[in-house]
Amino acid sequence: MTAQQVLFYLFGAFAIVSALGMVLNVRNTVAAALSLVVTMIALAGIYVLLEAHLVAAIQVMVYGGAIVVLFLFVVMLLNLRSDAFAPGRGRLQKLAGALLGIALLAQIVRSSVALPEAPPVPPGFGGYRQLGIALYTDYVLLVEIASLLLTAAIVGALILAKRKID
Amino acid sequence: MAGVLDWLTAPQTLFFLGVTFTVFLALQISAAVMVYAERKVSAFMQQRYGPYLVGPKGVLQPIADIVKLVFKEDLKPKAADTLLFAAAPVISAMAAIAAFAPVPFGAATTFFGLLPEPMPLMVADINVAVLVIFAITSMGVYGIVLAGWSSNSKYALLGGLRSSAQMISYELAYGMALATIVMIAGSLSLREIVDAQTGYYFGVIPRWNIFVVFPTGLIAFLIFSTAGIAETNRAPFDFPEAEQELVAGYHTEYSSMRFALFFLAEYINMVTVAAVVTNLFLGGWHGPLLPEAYGWIWFLIKLSTLCFGYLWLRWTLPRFRYDQVMDLCWKILLPLSIANILVTGFVLLLVRGATQ
Repeated sequence: MTAQQVLFYLFGAFAIVSALGMVLNVRNTVAAALSLVVTMIALAGIYVLLEAHLVAAIQVMVYGGAIVVLFLFVVMLLNLRSDAFAPGRGRLQKLAGALLGIALLAQIVRSSVALPEAPPVPPGFGGYRQLGIALYTDYVLLVEIASLLLTAAIVGALILAKRKID
Repeated sequence: MAGVLDWLTAPQTLFFLGVTFTVFLALQISAAVMVYAERKVSAFMQQRYGPYLVGPKGVLQPIADIVKLVFKEDLKPKAADTLLFAAAPVISAMAAIAAFAPVPFGAATTFFGLLPEPMPLMVADINVAVLVIFAITSMGVYGIVLAGWSSNSKYALLGGLRSSAQMISYELAYGMALATIVMIAGSLSLREIVDAQTGYYFGVIPRWNIFVVFPTGLIAFLIFSTAGIAETNRAPFDFPEAEQELVAGYHTEYSSMRFALFFLAEYINMVTVAAVVTNLFLGGWHGPLLPEAYGWIWFLIKLSTLCFGYLWLRWTLPRFRYDQVMDLCWKILLPLSIANILVTGFVLLLVRGATQ
């Protein structure tokens, strides 16, 4: 095994174990959120192995940092008690989630059985130049849709939080 | 086995290990120096003597402080979350130290001809260095938030909540001010950003980013330094530990070396922010008179000046009110930095033209 492979399995194991930790830690929401952080950082490690340095840095910064800190913020403010997770609640959701998960797993297995040979990495791959050019030429429509969606979410949150404009 | 040994004794590896060790040690020492400087500067500003008993002019005071802290009792509240309570100060200190890794502090050197090719004076030369520093500092937030939560005390919790809100808000202004410089330098690597600041305008004004595309460089510098103070939770933005309201904020329940780790993290963060500002805006190790090989002296001079500025601010300005801090970030700094990006982009497009 090369060093890359060793690191890949190491990060992969970290990601899976901490993801399980997040799902199984239903009673202790702070511990679950922290497991999510570890998952995100492990995924960032895998991105580095794939030469996607920019994506890795952004992964840690946005998903590992800002977003989970916001989760923690909400968890601390709400001070959830354990009866919020009593059995029998959200049974339909759980069923839908399980079905979705199985479908995703089946798809991953199906496409990984016949995996084509990876094309060679072009020079500058994963750099900010390539990423920026790709985002603002080939995928500009998707970027705009995503930004519109985020703006809608912000406006929606504002309206929910502030019914009366002073 | 021989391959590993060859690699270990290669001059490049030794140089790398030496630089890493030096940076690690220098950060600890800089924290001690900053503690002493803070006490002396505050004393000077309040017309007191400050520490003067331990050593000549009290210079050994930080060592006495450390010894005292080591021998203090390590208290832990009964209802605290054991694991997270222990982990929080470690996360804080670790993030503070690791954030310095991609910061260059001197020109590339062959170290008196001992290295086959020049190596930059930095621990890790990463091509997205700026973002990596960001990513690591955003991990540091967890130290404070978890300290606040795991202490199971209302003062600590409020401090943790405040700090998470404040640090996330100011990260935006921080990043936006940074984007201006990244646009001007055309790179995310700190080494390349510093290299782009070589030379002079009209032979007098150094080509530092603070003077570039005047006044956008200067505005970005002001926004970045302000957000930097808020990121490190220093006065006048020290809400996480506002002592009049929250006793000591997130570290209320901490004592002994665990408390010392938070303290260490705060001062190292300050040094890191000053180092990043030096590299981004003040030309890093470039300066007149000294030859390039001694550029680290210029770096240290600029760094110390900025650190003194932070101390100066702390002891002259009163703390803001919490809503004022949020207003400053969201209603002034953020719109200003976005406008700054637009103006910079416009000027750059005019000057350099649309290049692919």
